[in-house]
Amino acid sequence: MSAPTLTQDPAAKERRPRRPRAGAVRPPAQGFGKALRRNVTAHGFLIGAVLCFAFFSWYPIVREFLLAFQKTEDGQVSWTGWDNFVTIWNDPAFGQAWRNTLWFTALALVLGFAVPFVTALVINEFRHGQGYLRLLVYLPVMLPPTASVLLFKYLYDPGYGMFNEVLDAFGIPAQQWLQDPDTAMLSVVVASTWMNMGGATLIYLAALQGVPGELYEAAELDGAGLLRKVWHVTIPQTRLILALMLLMQIIATMQVFIEPFLLTGGAGPEGSTTTVVYLIYQYAFNFNNYGAAAALGLILLVLLAAFSAVYTRLNRATEE
Amino acid sequence: MSTRTLISPAALARPRGRLLYWLCFALVVVLFTLAFLGPLYWMVSGGLKTTQEAVQTPPTWVPGSVHPENYQRAWEVMDLARLLLNTLYYAFGALAFQLVLDVAAAYSLSKLRPVLGKAILGMMLVTLMIPATVLVVPQYLTVLDVPIVERNLLNSPWAIWLPSVTNAFNIFLLKRFFDSIPKELLDAASMDGAGPLRVLWSIVLPISRPILGVVSIFAVVGVWKDFLWPMLVLPDPTGQTLAVGIYSLATSVPENVLIAALTIASLPTLLLFLLFQRNIMSGLTAGGLKG
Repeated sequence: MSAPTLTQDPAAKERRPRRPRAGAVRPPAQGFGKALRRNVTAHGFLIGAVLCFAFFSWYPIVREFLLAFQKTEDGQVSWTGWDNFVTIWNDPAFGQAWRNTLWFTALALVLGFAVPFVTALVINEFRHGQGYLRLLVYLPVMLPPTASVLLFKYLYDPGYGMFNEVLDAFGIPAQQWLQDPDTAMLSVVVASTWMNMGGATLIYLAALQGVPGELYEAAELDGAGLLRKVWHVTIPQTRLILALMLLMQIIATMQVFIEPFLLTGGAGPEGSTTTVVYLIYQYAFNFNNYGAAAALGLILLVLLAAFSAVYTRLNRATEE
Repeated sequence: MSTRTLISPAALARPRGRLLYWLCFALVVVLFTLAFLGPLYWMVSGGLKTTQEAVQTPPTWVPGSVHPENYQRAWEVMDLARLLLNTLYYAFGALAFQLVLDVAAAYSLSKLRPVLGKAILGMMLVTLMIPATVLVVPQYLTVLDVPIVERNLLNSPWAIWLPSVTNAFNIFLLKRFFDSIPKELLDAASMDGAGPLRVLWSIVLPISRPILGVVSIFAVVGVWKDFLWPMLVLPDPTGQTLAVGIYSLATSVPENVLIAALTIASLPTLLLFLLFQRNIMSGLTAGGLKG
């Protein structure tokens, strides 16, 4: 077959010298055929990804809604209305899981939100070694979570763990960490922050580079100290990024699973680390109650989709 | 070039300021090194200790006697070679699927502009709003019995590869990059008779090398780090990934062997990071937030 050339279509060659009038309407039949061919090609390029989305994303989303109102017994699917929601509501673990998840989110916001910001502020002040410090902070993000979580489990061990050894150096008595319902969740959050803070820190660092230096100078002329400069210049200047990261953090932490699952076996001492997603996991894969799992998942979905919607609007605002 | 930050250069220029700066700097470097390299040191050195030393109270900072053979034991007892190969197989398969299908989709949405393209992109982006963990249950049921084709993908690599394509963020990132390629360039190519595939291959892809690099690294790292999904869809121990395999064997091996295994599992992505640091960090800040 010969390669297609410009001369292949004599009509096209003839048409070329004629400059089209502004707003000229093309002959419909030719335009349609061309458009059809163009669309077939375009959809051909799309089809693979669209099929994957259809099977593994769009259909499961629809199915999540259906499952929540269905019951499967011996392979028989039946509609049950709100029964699944009543089941999870009456489960004592329901309230506890939500309380724990909110507690985790709150702790993760204090640590996981503030620590990366302060870290970025500190790194940004240095004129040396920024590359090294950034590298260090991002290092844990590259570890497989299984490895970092199991490593922390080892570090937390009340007997041979290193954390108690460090506390001992400061004269603080040894803690039970993961085995104590009071400290279990905090321990999980510390591990989680260590594992995940790298990404947020780098994003804050990028945002800090955009703060105009004159503003700091102006603040100094007004006699502002370090903290006031942070409060009145840095935070307002980076507030959109901060708001976006806050939302992202909330969305991510409310889905926490692997840290409690691996550190405390999921539930933890007296159920102190049972999270909503762990409860979903239990319903689905330990009790084979997909309906209840889906119902609980749906509640989480609605809640987090609301946060996501705010995030998207805010993100669009920063683009403009 | 240095930009003005919180602390004024004038304050830093004074001898007292300079002293304070270097003091703080030294403190921060030591603190960060301890906080972020400390646990890693603990991991590497823990793998070198004897079982007895690994679980003794109080713990030792430096291994009393060095036992590199723990690493060999971990490699053999936990069958790490197999787990490592599995993970590589899943990761690079997922990478291939994402590169081919997501790039084609983004190219089509950006340059070929099909009918309903906007709607399709919109539906893809909506999936970003749905919390991933919520979808695990219906996705799992789908994998158990894929509709229409009626296949069970449990224990098959397809269960990792195909869902990895549904990465709306990747498609969006690629599309935005393709959008920035001047139209004149592509028009010139099609004038010369290049079809859409040829244009993609000879013009778009070579220009897009940086973004393809970023997407590729994240694709591989994503599979390497994933836990819940591979744990659910790959229950057969011989087909598991490193992350899952190590977890399921964690309680059956002595502490020091487990810790040696953790080190081995962490090495590939750490090396990848050290090699491609620049790309990873720029990709993260470029696409990470403003997306």
